[in-house]
Amino acid sequence: MATRATVHAHAAPQGFIRKYIFSLDHKVIGIQYIFLALTAVWVGMFLSLLMRIHLYWPNAVLPLIGEIKPETYTALLTMHGTIMVFFVLTTAPQGGFGNYFLPIQIGAPDMAFPVLNMLSFWTTFVAFVVMIAAFFVQGGAPLHGWTGYPPLSAVQSAGPGEGLGADLWITSIAIFCIASLMGALNFLTTTLDMRAKGMTMMRMPLTVWSWFITAMLGLLAFGVLLSAGILLLLDRNLGTSFYVPLVVVNGVQMGHKGGSPLLWQHLFWFFGHPEVYIAILPGMGVTSQILSTFSRKPIFGYRAMVYAMLTIGFFGFMVWGHHMFMSGMSPYSAFAFSILTMCIGVPSAIKTFNWLGTMMKGRIRFTTPMLYAIGFVSLFVSGGLSGPFLAQPVLDIQLHDTYFVVGHFHLIMGVAAIFGMFAATYYWVPKMFGRMMNEFWGRVHFFITLIGTYAIFMPMHYLGMAGGTRRYSSYLEVGYLTKLMPLHEFMTYAAIITIAAQFIFVINLFSSIFKGPKASDNPWEATTLEWTTATPPPHDNFNGMTPVVHNGPYEYGVPGAPKDYVMQTDTPVTVAGAH
Amino acid sequence: MGLALLVVIWLITFISTYFFAAKTWWLPHGASTAARFIDGQFTLTFVLMGIVFVAAQVALGYFAWKYRDRPSAPPVAYSHGNVKLEIVWTALTTILFIGLNLMGYPVWAANRWEPARPGAMQVEVTGMQFAWYFRYPGPDGRYGRTSPKLMDPSAGGEAAVGLDTSDPAAKDDVVTGSLYLPVNREVDLTLRSVDVIHSFFVPSLRFKQDAVPGLMIHMHFTPTEVGDYEIACAELCGLGHYKMHGMVHVLSQEDYEKWMAAREAEKQ
Repeated sequence: MATRATVHAHAAPQGFIRKYIFSLDHKVIGIQYIFLALTAVWVGMFLSLLMRIHLYWPNAVLPLIGEIKPETYTALLTMHGTIMVFFVLTTAPQGGFGNYFLPIQIGAPDMAFPVLNMLSFWTTFVAFVVMIAAFFVQGGAPLHGWTGYPPLSAVQSAGPGEGLGADLWITSIAIFCIASLMGALNFLTTTLDMRAKGMTMMRMPLTVWSWFITAMLGLLAFGVLLSAGILLLLDRNLGTSFYVPLVVVNGVQMGHKGGSPLLWQHLFWFFGHPEVYIAILPGMGVTSQILSTFSRKPIFGYRAMVYAMLTIGFFGFMVWGHHMFMSGMSPYSAFAFSILTMCIGVPSAIKTFNWLGTMMKGRIRFTTPMLYAIGFVSLFVSGGLSGPFLAQPVLDIQLHDTYFVVGHFHLIMGVAAIFGMFAATYYWVPKMFGRMMNEFWGRVHFFITLIGTYAIFMPMHYLGMAGGTRRYSSYLEVGYLTKLMPLHEFMTYAAIITIAAQFIFVINLFSSIFKGPKASDNPWEATTLEWTTATPPPHDNFNGMTPVVHNGPYEYGVPGAPKDYVMQTDTPVTVAGAH
Repeated sequence: MGLALLVVIWLITFISTYFFAAKTWWLPHGASTAARFIDGQFTLTFVLMGIVFVAAQVALGYFAWKYRDRPSAPPVAYSHGNVKLEIVWTALTTILFIGLNLMGYPVWAANRWEPARPGAMQVEVTGMQFAWYFRYPGPDGRYGRTSPKLMDPSAGGEAAVGLDTSDPAAKDDVVTGSLYLPVNREVDLTLRSVDVIHSFFVPSLRFKQDAVPGLMIHMHFTPTEVGDYEIACAELCGLGHYKMHGMVHVLSQEDYEKWMAAREAEKQ
């Protein structure tokens, strides 16, 4: 390993541009990804704020933005979904924290391919710029939703925003796919090839496992979306008919013939479902890491956790049809897709049990990262348990494309994943920037965000059960929907408060980075390799040394050990009766 | 801090569960044969998942408080887990989830695997930005020809669906903007769309099906109560998605026949 590591080593760069902009250092690239995602999440959150305001005050004229028209609303929801899924949920947990900590946690000096790493970040950046550009072109951003179902997304005259805006949207996604493929390749190679001596696969922290499995999913899923996106571009601009049959839009017959709108849905969801796990798996990894650290106990069922993540990843590729029960797809295949979907519930339940088992009989330290990890478990349970409703085709007759779905996926792949990122931020900022974050404001931020999240997304389930359709710019046109407005009112107020509370986080983050109390090398008394090195870590992570690993990742409370934790690099302590 | 967490998590759990259990907002009153079964399966799923939800959240809050670090706390139990326990809960969740899923299948099969019975009433549903049109084949029982070239959405009615009036079978076709059905008679809908994907959703009838351009999708149901039920489009179809609504009027057999006779008379 040592020789291989030297091959990839590169000297510490001099000069601002090589050091902070076009850096090859995985740590700098990780921080770049995190700041990109932080920018994107504010954009995405702002769009959702506009949507919530419009739903409750449909006639409001906002300063600078003006009146929100129906097509503005559909453009907002499209861009909110796309930006959040790609540039936040995919970018920060994997590209950000994964990039920064995967090499350190396996004892490597850098990623396997530093240039590819830099390239994948800057490609992601270009994708983001192209996406944002869609707002500013003639016709504005597309209105076809983040799922972009053709023919709506394929026919330029199907609505405002379906012109250049839609081209930019799909081009951006295609560029993003390329970036993600490069990133995935790098993560896989690094994990397989660059581990320090003694870092066997079964000694890897669960965070590393989660990034590794996420990279596998990314490698298999983004290629499919890339091809699907190129076909969509061809349909839009070159008159091909992959997705579009003969259609008459606004009384005008289009030139397409014989395409299948369902083909796009199959390809999109073949990517789209694994994407859910791409967003949430790193959150699961970091939650496991943090629960173990602050319960001062080994993770409950390490192997079961690894197998559960692998199983989730494996089944994740066989369930895409559960998004299509009402689409006109064969009702027989619905049977297979729904059984397989239920199968995913099993490893998910195992993970929940094991998290609870980790906390049980521990000595829990309530740091802010721990609060967020506990919040993650709570949200994972709440968001997860609406899954078995939606996995049943017969219940989808009522629930599909209602707010019940919106509540479900926001709790689990949206906010649970975000809680994973918050936990990771509060946990790792001391290592990344050498300063502790403010605990008091961390707690305030946590409680407002947890309660606010439930206040926004729990009512969506009630709304959906009552038949509340999603993607409606107004609930005032349909009689029974108008009666549900009080729920929208409540959610809008909850959203305003919760969004406002996020300023606490940003202010805490930046003031801590610059002015927080200095962090020691191992402030949390944790065991994994990032806590063995200096804070912040030097350019090659371990100051020219290569760590040698002797222990599993979560050796807390080991009887007979001098401290209540045994680092991965410590000489092993023999434990009587341990298994 | 442990206590604060316990209180917050428990409160969230109980308040959330209350609004479900009190049925403050619930499925709308069901008025089709499928409704009773769908609602039963929904309630069963709700009860089972509700129990797991409350149990898991209560345990989470309780553990946070009970195992908080304090000077008097006992040393942690050094354990890497318990294989037997893992096997037990894996088996239990598998049985719960798969079993629950299988129980819903008779309804799904009756709705989607079996075709409508012979003699079911025929209605064609056409979705377009942003309206629904319904076509009845008339006394001859045959739909007349339609042509994309003849479609004129701005004209509405027959012209919107592109009915070719030169076809003899089209002479008695009735095209309406609302769906009128006799009560307790099975209806076999043929769903189609001329432009983008729409979804025909009637919450009170427990009916939803996408209308997809290029496909003719047959779907059947039986309304069981006289009344007016709202249709909402459930697939994003453009800027007017939110106002693509319509009505289903379920009438007594007698009233329905009167209504239909009046429509046919208009055609003459």
